[in-house]
Amino acid sequence: MSTVATPARGPRRRRKAPKLKRRQTRLAWMLLVPSLAVVALVALYPLAKTVFQSFTNEEFLALEPASWIGLENYKDLWNDTIFRDSIWTTLKFTVITVSFEFVLGLTIALIVNSSFKGRGLMRAVMLVPWAIPTVVAAQMWKSMLQSNGVISDAGMRLHILSEPHAWIADPSTALAAVCAVDIWKTTPFVALLLLAGLQVIPRDLYEAAEVDGAKPLQQFWKITLPLLWPAIFVTLIFRTLDALRVFDVFYVFFGNRLGTQSMAIYAQSTIVGDGYVGYGAAISMAIFLVIALFVVIYLTSQRVLVR
Amino acid sequence: MSTASETAGRVVPPVSRSRVFWRSPLGKNIKRVPFYLLVIVVFVYALFPFAWALRCAFTPEGDLFSTPLQYIPDNPTLDNFKQAFQAEFFRKALLNSALVAGGVTILSLAIGSLAAFALGRFRFRGRSLVMYLMLSMTMFPSIAILGALYTMISGFGVGIVEFPKIYDTLWALLFTYLIFTLPFTIWVLTSFMEALPGDLEEAAYVDGATPFQVFYKVLLPLLLPGLVTTGLLAFIAAWNEYLFALSFIQDPDKYTVPIAITSFVGESGSAFQQPWGTIMAATIIITVPLVALVLVFQRYILAGLTAGAVKG
Repeated sequence: MSTVATPARGPRRRRKAPKLKRRQTRLAWMLLVPSLAVVALVALYPLAKTVFQSFTNEEFLALEPASWIGLENYKDLWNDTIFRDSIWTTLKFTVITVSFEFVLGLTIALIVNSSFKGRGLMRAVMLVPWAIPTVVAAQMWKSMLQSNGVISDAGMRLHILSEPHAWIADPSTALAAVCAVDIWKTTPFVALLLLAGLQVIPRDLYEAAEVDGAKPLQQFWKITLPLLWPAIFVTLIFRTLDALRVFDVFYVFFGNRLGTQSMAIYAQSTIVGDGYVGYGAAISMAIFLVIALFVVIYLTSQRVLVR
Repeated sequence: MSTASETAGRVVPPVSRSRVFWRSPLGKNIKRVPFYLLVIVVFVYALFPFAWALRCAFTPEGDLFSTPLQYIPDNPTLDNFKQAFQAEFFRKALLNSALVAGGVTILSLAIGSLAAFALGRFRFRGRSLVMYLMLSMTMFPSIAILGALYTMISGFGVGIVEFPKIYDTLWALLFTYLIFTLPFTIWVLTSFMEALPGDLEEAAYVDGATPFQVFYKVLLPLLLPGLVTTGLLAFIAAWNEYLFALSFIQDPDKYTVPIAITSFVGESGSAFQQPWGTIMAATIIITVPLVALVLVFQRYILAGLTAGAVKG
């Protein structure tokens, strides 16, 4: 039983009759039929094909048909320093963005969860960055971050910067720049999910705590955070999954510039740019494994925390 | 604060005097200052780039990058907006994106809420397996599955399953977007389902309700905030998707918003010289319906769960 959130409190009539239990199980599977059908229709073939291709030397527009080469791609991948760098870059990106997005998103969620004038408008406004298509948002930030862009200009006018700075071109600020865009763009996603999680917490718990004289900070640690864990876990899992597969922002900012490739960028440039479909599939499998590792870490830590 | 307690010290215990002050209307408002400051910081952080986009949209193309930078355009113009609206493919893209994102959201919510009912309210063997299966759909980079998806939508058959050719139609997007919206919907809705209290449901079962009645008479109304939240996020994710739309759509009449925005070509006709003002105007145009959508739906997110449960 290792899914996100507290164990399901399904109808507690298990002890009654095994017949009832059987009927419930059958009903549950019936309810899952549409979803499983979608998986089978949409995802099964592409995923199976990726797995298969990763063991072949398939090339785009190759003259000879692809042949089975076993683990050859994976051996190459093991010694591929470009891929190793891209893992590093992606991991740094993921840790930075997800932690900032979580802290900021939780703060925003708590703000718009308390009552104040203009709360409805604020809830709509907070989603604006998330509503701008990623490719466009990335281009917008790119132009703002150029050495003649508004960020350098404003920084100089406010005497924070002494000279204009090309944030994206300079390797020492490139990662920070790309993180800044992602945090700006995706924090609303985190905030909205956590806000919904906050709404589920029963109000009377806070009222009871108030009567007992609990301070707001105590209420946060003793009530809000424990009850918010399920929402936090789902949010973090999906954010981490997306961050590890990041593509759009990196592509707009850097193209295929070496040293600033994310894992997905490297897969893309291998498949589309170089036409090495088989090797690209092996890269994709490796990405899958890295992501799976993160999922396992999350679920293990969740089991430890919920106990 | 220090002066208040110093002067108060002579007459009454300082604590009570300051407490009186902090409870007065003026004191209460001062106490909220840090809170409002925080609200303002969040506001600026979220909106400055958008404000800059607004500035670009109203600035004539030639003045966009002039030095010194014009924070407020010297010669504001509506040309960029006109240009954006004049492009037929952009107007159509708004409709296309609404259709695709709306369709895929409704489909995901319908299928996903059934699955969440099973996964969140019943205990059975294979439950975790199904959860991971769903999650693993989104663990591959999109580029890896692009080729295979392309084969599928170009008309393809395996045994008894025969796919119709839906390449270059909106159906192709509706179909492929399920890959990322459905797992998300199922996982989030399941976590909401698990958080619902069990009493109401039990009461309904005791009254002789069937599981399906329990589902859409008891659970679904309680799940409304979750449905709205998940729906909004899935809608926007589909609305923003770029790679599949770029690969599966060729006909400009079927462009979605992200493709349309990046397809604006400047007067020179060169793909390298982007009409930045027009792009920014188009960006602003597309956020308006989304903000309206959120304004309409946010009241349902706010609907207190327990309040509804007691009444129901």
